Amino acid sequence: MNNPSRILLGHGGGGRLSRGLIDEEIVSRFGDGPLKGLPDAASLELGSRRIVFSTDSFVVQPLLFPGGSIGHLAVHGTVNDIAVSGGKPAYLSLALILEEGLELDVLRRVLDDVRAAALEVGVKIVTGDTKVVSRGQCDGMYLNTAGIGTAIPGFELSPSRLEPGDVILASGTIGDHGMAVMAAREGLAVGQGLVSDTAPVIRLVEAAEPWAKDVHFMRDPTRGGLASVLNEAVEGRAVGVLLRETLIPYRREAAALSEVLGIDLLHVACEGRMLLLCRRSCSEQILSAWRALPQGQNAAIIGEVTKDAGRVVLETAIGGKRLVDVPQGELLPRIC
Amino acid sequence: MKYIAGFRDKDAAAHLEKMLRAIGDKLDQSGRVVRIMEVCGSHTMAIARYGIRDLLPPSVRLISGPGCPVCVTDGGYVDAALSLAASGMTITTFGDMLRVPGAKGTLAEARAQGARVEVCYSPLDAVDYAATHPNREVVFLAIGFETTVPGVISILKHAQKRNLRNISLLVAFKLVPPALSALAADPEVEVDGFLCPAHVSAIIGANAYRPFVEQNRIPCVVAGFEPLDILFGLTELARQLEAGESLLVNQYDRVVKPLGNLAAQALMAELLEPADASWRGIGVIPMSGLALRAHVRDFDAAVRHDIEIPSSPPDKGCRCGDVLKGKITPSECGLFNKACTPLHPVGPCMVSSEGSCAAYYKYSR
Repeated sequence: MNNPSRILLGHGGGGRLSRGLIDEEIVSRFGDGPLKGLPDAASLELGSRRIVFSTDSFVVQPLLFPGGSIGHLAVHGTVNDIAVSGGKPAYLSLALILEEGLELDVLRRVLDDVRAAALEVGVKIVTGDTKVVSRGQCDGMYLNTAGIGTAIPGFELSPSRLEPGDVILASGTIGDHGMAVMAAREGLAVGQGLVSDTAPVIRLVEAAEPWAKDVHFMRDPTRGGLASVLNEAVEGRAVGVLLRETLIPYRREAAALSEVLGIDLLHVACEGRMLLLCRRSCSEQILSAWRALPQGQNAAIIGEVTKDAGRVVLETAIGGKRLVDVPQGELLPRIC
Repeated sequence: MKYIAGFRDKDAAAHLEKMLRAIGDKLDQSGRVVRIMEVCGSHTMAIARYGIRDLLPPSVRLISGPGCPVCVTDGGYVDAALSLAASGMTITTFGDMLRVPGAKGTLAEARAQGARVEVCYSPLDAVDYAATHPNREVVFLAIGFETTVPGVISILKHAQKRNLRNISLLVAFKLVPPALSALAADPEVEVDGFLCPAHVSAIIGANAYRPFVEQNRIPCVVAGFEPLDILFGLTELARQLEAGESLLVNQYDRVVKPLGNLAAQALMAELLEPADASWRGIGVIPMSGLALRAHVRDFDAAVRHDIEIPSSPPDKGCRCGDVLKGKITPSECGLFNKACTPLHPVGPCMVSSEGSCAAYYKYSR
């Protein structure tokens, strides 16, 4: 697989292969402005206002899965990128690419989900586009949303602000979305009872606002999971991360399925969770504020920032230590 | 019983760690070092994943043997699969074969160029695929140890029952006990005790290791995959070695029975016969593989499609063979983390997530 001359499925996995493609082909061409450092959303001066701008495309299969649909994801994916970048999402665009033959009932269900999710967050769909392609050119439907919001004053977020001793908070159980979708896609019986965590995180961000100046970094661990977010945050820096396995919240069903498939839950996507790294002094207050919210009930402090430059280390349940690497490409189930 | 949390208990782990340190102190006093080999990829991964090396005294060393079925699969086998895919057949396989390099690339690359490669979660997915695609010729990549063999060959039973003529197996099964004997007989390999695999043993039974233990006077402990299972197994092996014993102990008796899974063994005996097998990095080990018996040989993809599985020379500089034999640790290979990484694997031990090199890369670089 040395220097593949074509796009591989693994290029979309959110791991090392994705990162290499983006660095070599995207950042090299466009990376000298606000794209530098690849934030989830761009923070831009527009007139006298600071706005936050982001976009995301959605190609999930199946279109409908336990706990949500591609419609929910299309809203949550973009508004969450804005929220963890310190913005309050306001407006969304919605572009549809539909495959010839798609059942109108499925389209209606998905659009209703878009509407419900947007209402819940308080964003408006204000512009859009619809294209239809012939059968086989896309898989049912693809969605794209772009969104803008206003910057919430007080947040100044960058992994460069991380300091040894900072505390890492997770807003809820990890890996539910990725495992629920994989179980639904492959019809795996062990995955029954698993529900996607797709949800907006803006209320969690707002709950942390009183301590904004002491919050150093936030991210939603989507594709590539917790492992990718934390590795990207400390890569090339003087700080590292120590996670404690026993503190990381997860659902039994997700853990069971990941054990069966041999997939590390730290690599699995969430669509309604966020990580927040802040000074220790405010960590307990933010944790209490989160736990008071329905979407933060299972929130936990899962680790801390260390002086171990560039390394993400896990203290395992039995007290050993090991490196937490980013996934390579596709998440491939193991043979045995 | 709590099958996950109960076997990851920190206090119990600390107790076993203390016992291991006490044995380590005794070994130190007599100036001895004991080498324990795990011969199962899932053990290699679990040892790395839970940071178990971190908990061992310096006089108890762990070496990773040829336990990953993907890693010991010859490069020529991948080339044979690629040539079947190139001639229009649908390759169905467990996921981790996708990244294994042959001389002509990987199945992942072939798929990107339009080859039909389907990842299966169960061998029966391949049967369903063949049933729903009657115009396609489907080949399942039948690799693996005793663990996966019964499940994979059940494809034949289901295909016969459903009267499917468009599915066949490209066979490269491997057997664990003959590999243990080959390793014990290799003068270059220094192993004092074996941590025997969990799932393989569930099929063949703990008693399958008895002839080996009696003949070679090397202790064998069958252990499960949870961290406490492994620590318990290592403690028992270290205890025996320090005391000069060589016993067969089945630590994993909640799953592994003395005689194993008789139904699975009967299915294997009905459809398969022992055969020589080529192990990547080690070479041919007599009677260490399985071939389809004459009455089902028309399900053999190599026979049906008239191809040969070539044996391929190892890549230059790649020391996977030495890693598989436990002669060096992955980080002692000149290519490790330089020319050879999980994204650009040179040797098979880096390809599979269960491979020794991948485990080292992933968890303890």
